[in-house]
Amino acid sequence: MVPSAPLDASPAPKGSARLSPLNDAHIAAGASFTDFAGWQMPVRYSSDLAEHRAVRTAAGLFDLSHMGEIVVLGPQAAEALDHALAGRLSALELGQAKYSLLLNDAGGILDDLVVYRTGADRYLVVANAANRQTVADALTQRAASFEADVYDESDDIALIAIQGPRALEILQNVPELGIEAGADVPEDFEEKDIEQALAELKYYRSLSGTYLDHPVLIARTGYTGEDGFELYVSPDDAPALWSALLETGAGAGLIPAGLASRDTLRLEAGMPLYGHELTTSTLPSQAGLGRVVALSKPGDFVGRSAIERGAPEDARVLVGLAGSGKRAARAGYAVHARAADGGSDAGASDAGSPGAGGPEAGSPGAGASDGSNTPVGEITSGALSPTLGHPIALAYVDPALAAVGTALDVEVRGTRIPFTVVALPFYSRKKN
Amino acid sequence: MAVPVDRRYTAEHEWVRLDGDTATVGITEYAAEKLGDVVFVDLPQAGSEAAEGSVVGEIESTKSVGELFAPVTGEVVEANDAVASSPELVNSDPYGEGWLIRVRVAEPARLEELLDATAYAALIGDGE
Repeated sequence: MVPSAPLDASPAPKGSARLSPLNDAHIAAGASFTDFAGWQMPVRYSSDLAEHRAVRTAAGLFDLSHMGEIVVLGPQAAEALDHALAGRLSALELGQAKYSLLLNDAGGILDDLVVYRTGADRYLVVANAANRQTVADALTQRAASFEADVYDESDDIALIAIQGPRALEILQNVPELGIEAGADVPEDFEEKDIEQALAELKYYRSLSGTYLDHPVLIARTGYTGEDGFELYVSPDDAPALWSALLETGAGAGLIPAGLASRDTLRLEAGMPLYGHELTTSTLPSQAGLGRVVALSKPGDFVGRSAIERGAPEDARVLVGLAGSGKRAARAGYAVHARAADGGSDAGASDAGSPGAGGPEAGSPGAGASDGSNTPVGEITSGALSPTLGHPIALAYVDPALAAVGTALDVEVRGTRIPFTVVALPFYSRKKN
Repeated sequence: MAVPVDRRYTAEHEWVRLDGDTATVGITEYAAEKLGDVVFVDLPQAGSEAAEGSVVGEIESTKSVGELFAPVTGEVVEANDAVASSPELVNSDPYGEGWLIRVRVAEPARLEELLDATAYAALIGDGE
């Protein structure tokens, strides 16, 4: 047995990798590790499917300390970010967060980010680990003509995410977690206790909390498609907070979850992953992120002219694909058109097509003799969905074949497997 | 990680246990752990011929795909239906219920050339 994809878990620490402040806790928990952007991070603790299900049904705890945290500080921090990023960050209220993009001059995506306004003159920009330096350098350069300074504080901030339907009740019961009494706390939180404040914290909002009397930024954000919180804490306090969360949540089904489950969770939620769906040659509109670019904001921003010119008409666009059976379409696999007269619409699979397009399932390989061998697209992420039970994938395809319901074939190691374009997200939680 | 001594191993992290002229084939605990949760197994049909070193099946986890190589030459006499319907058996019991195929071996003596438990344990870093 030789995996055709590289073995992604190593049982022993690697000498050169950067270590999370929670590394000892992961080793004690029996984690398997992966090298992720130069960091040794848990890929799974025991079972990535069990971790995935825990997040969907109870709660999972993630160590995201590898992510980059960059602070922009100064009287013109807002203007600097309006110039540096695609969104209108000056419009953020204190305590509000926004998903944004760092573009290059050609409109390509250098990174996708979450930006928190943590003070009148202070923003926290959270970058992907692999892009930390790119983001820090670009922000420093782009803020140079503004009264704002850029600080890469990644080494001084650990990040723990608790995600899942029971995340709130667990966090509410963590001992030593409180609300900071300070100038930067929104007024309406000052007099409330932490339980109420957490319950009332809205999606994509944060509050200044304390843990063991040290500052912790508590944000209602995440990357799993579930309710949950992300906790920005000092590396010194991170191990105690991690343990306290696990102890508090054990009875509610909270378990630590690795990057493998994080990837299948975000995929089900239809969220892009940098390096897969987003690259320097991807324009936001191709990725379905046109709404993230605030063309209406005043003044120039990096990438504006390229975005205004728009993508070429034939530029491929991101779609969701759903298949039947159990075989996953994986990153790099070619997507082909289904020939209209290929005779592959005779349903022969063991499960109905889950997509909106009706019975598209042919027996595996039924499309192999169809049509052209020129691919019409490529898979960027894919897996057998743990929640839905059928294969799901994100792919860039020719715009003429991007409509929901379009039948396509994916070449899975020599066999063409039928898939259907479906609306994103693949999974969305029931909201009360 | 215990490596059973009643069978032979390949460098591709498969095990082979001979009973008469029939070899039972599976993947090792080490391989199963590296793969992560197995979610789909594609096995050859009974009656098909397997040539030593050829790809006869696939093992998919959420994160990656592994190829199943025939560790010996012979006729596939059985594929494990239980694993086809419950792929998690490969993770929960890789040396037992998670076996994959049975092959009627043309030359049983060839198995002597495969790794023994000691050699395989050394290959995977012994006890990691």
